[in-house]
Amino acid sequence: MSGAWNVADVVGLRDETPTARTIRLRLPVPVRVLAGQHVDLRLTAPDGYQAVRSYSVSAGIPPDGLEITVEELPDGEVSPYLVRDLGVGDQVEVRGPVGGWFVWRPEDDSPVQLIGGGSGVVPLMAMVRAHQMASHSSPLRLLYSVRSPEAAVFRHELESLAQASGTFGLQWVYTRTAPDGQPVGRLDAETLGASVLDSGADPAIFVCGATGFVEAVAGWLVDLGHAPDRIKTERYGGLGGAS
Amino acid sequence: MSEWTGRPAERSAEDDYLDGNALAGPLSEVFAIDITAALGTCGTCGDRRAVAEAHLYVNAPAKILRCPSCGGVLLRLDERGGRVILDLSGFTQLTIEVR
Ligand SMILES: Cc1cc2nc3c(=O)[nH]c(=O)nc-3n(C[C@H](O)[C@H](O)[C@H](O)COP(=O)(O)OP(=O)(O)OC[C@H]3O[C@@H](n4cnc5c(N)ncnc54)[C@H](O)[C@@H]3O)c2cc1C
Ligand SMILES: [Zn+2]
Repeated sequence: MSGAWNVADVVGLRDETPTARTIRLRLPVPVRVLAGQHVDLRLTAPDGYQAVRSYSVSAGIPPDGLEITVEELPDGEVSPYLVRDLGVGDQVEVRGPVGGWFVWRPEDDSPVQLIGGGSGVVPLMAMVRAHQMASHSSPLRLLYSVRSPEAAVFRHELESLAQASGTFGLQWVYTRTAPDGQPVGRLDAETLGASVLDSGADPAIFVCGATGFVEAVAGWLVDLGHAPDRIKTERYGGLGGAS
Repeated sequence: MSEWTGRPAERSAEDDYLDGNALAGPLSEVFAIDITAALGTCGTCGDRRAVAEAHLYVNAPAKILRCPSCGGVLLRLDERGGRVILDLSGFTQLTIEVR
């Protein structure tokens, strides 16, 4: 589905962390979501002023719903409103889901390595869910860099999936505070190399997060021997170092 | 559920960029199929890669897509007042997968 803007109803809200929440939207048309796609969301002020931002779809809710998960950027123009003020029954304009490149398709049976920083985990969560739904036998790994355990969106779902599933592996990088006994520090080339699927396995790799994070990780992956055309990236912009 | 009023913040990071993925929405207004997955050949340096992989600068009135290899302008998209002006002249070619 593409093209026009649709008016979507906010039909559900769920706090994920103190600064992030999931917004369930219902569209007036059927919605088909590929894991990794995003929507554009448009807000209009009473005086007619408008702003558009992109948000990855964290889950498709057939036949006409989807969820997005928004992390508040404290001085942001749009995200604080979405995280703090938007209520069930409100309406927003939505374009999409769109995007045919940063997507994981169940037909692809390669091993998959996902690498997310901060809210960059959102489209990767959609891929994890789709991979589980398809009962794929190929290995799936997620390396997730967050400020602290409390800031990790989808933490419980990811940890229980990692425990229950024979194919899904989860690795955390904590940049500010970590649970007892675990290291604190930014992701670096060495940790990345020790954590991700080996280039010999030729995994499909998806990297998402703030632009600086994506840039660094993509460079290290190439240094590790991964083919550039196996690495797909999605940059969220500066976002004040949100990961 | 207070009303959204909008208040564009000062943005210092003018060289902050996104990637061509973020053009999927605006381009869906113009094309029936997704163009961000198409392979584009840069008219300046000949580099060939997905439109989604190029660097997108949005902190200007028009969105500008630049080649990650040489920095050459690939595409300009100006959406204002219910009109889209799309300049694709930075590409010599687009290869589009039709399934
Ligand atoms: C494809 C994509 C998917 C995303 N998915 C998510 C997600 O799932 N969850 C999440 O929390 N965030 C996501 N983001 C980031 C999100 O779009 C916003 O940038 C973020 O919410 C901050 O917006 P703001 O208005 O609060 O902040 P602001 O400070 O007001 O803006 C932050 C950034 O928005 C960019 N920007 C400014 N004007 C425009 C414009 N006209 N068009 C496009 N960008 C502009 C600037 O680069 C700026 O750095 C995604 C971004 C992209 C590109
Ligand atoms: Zn070029």
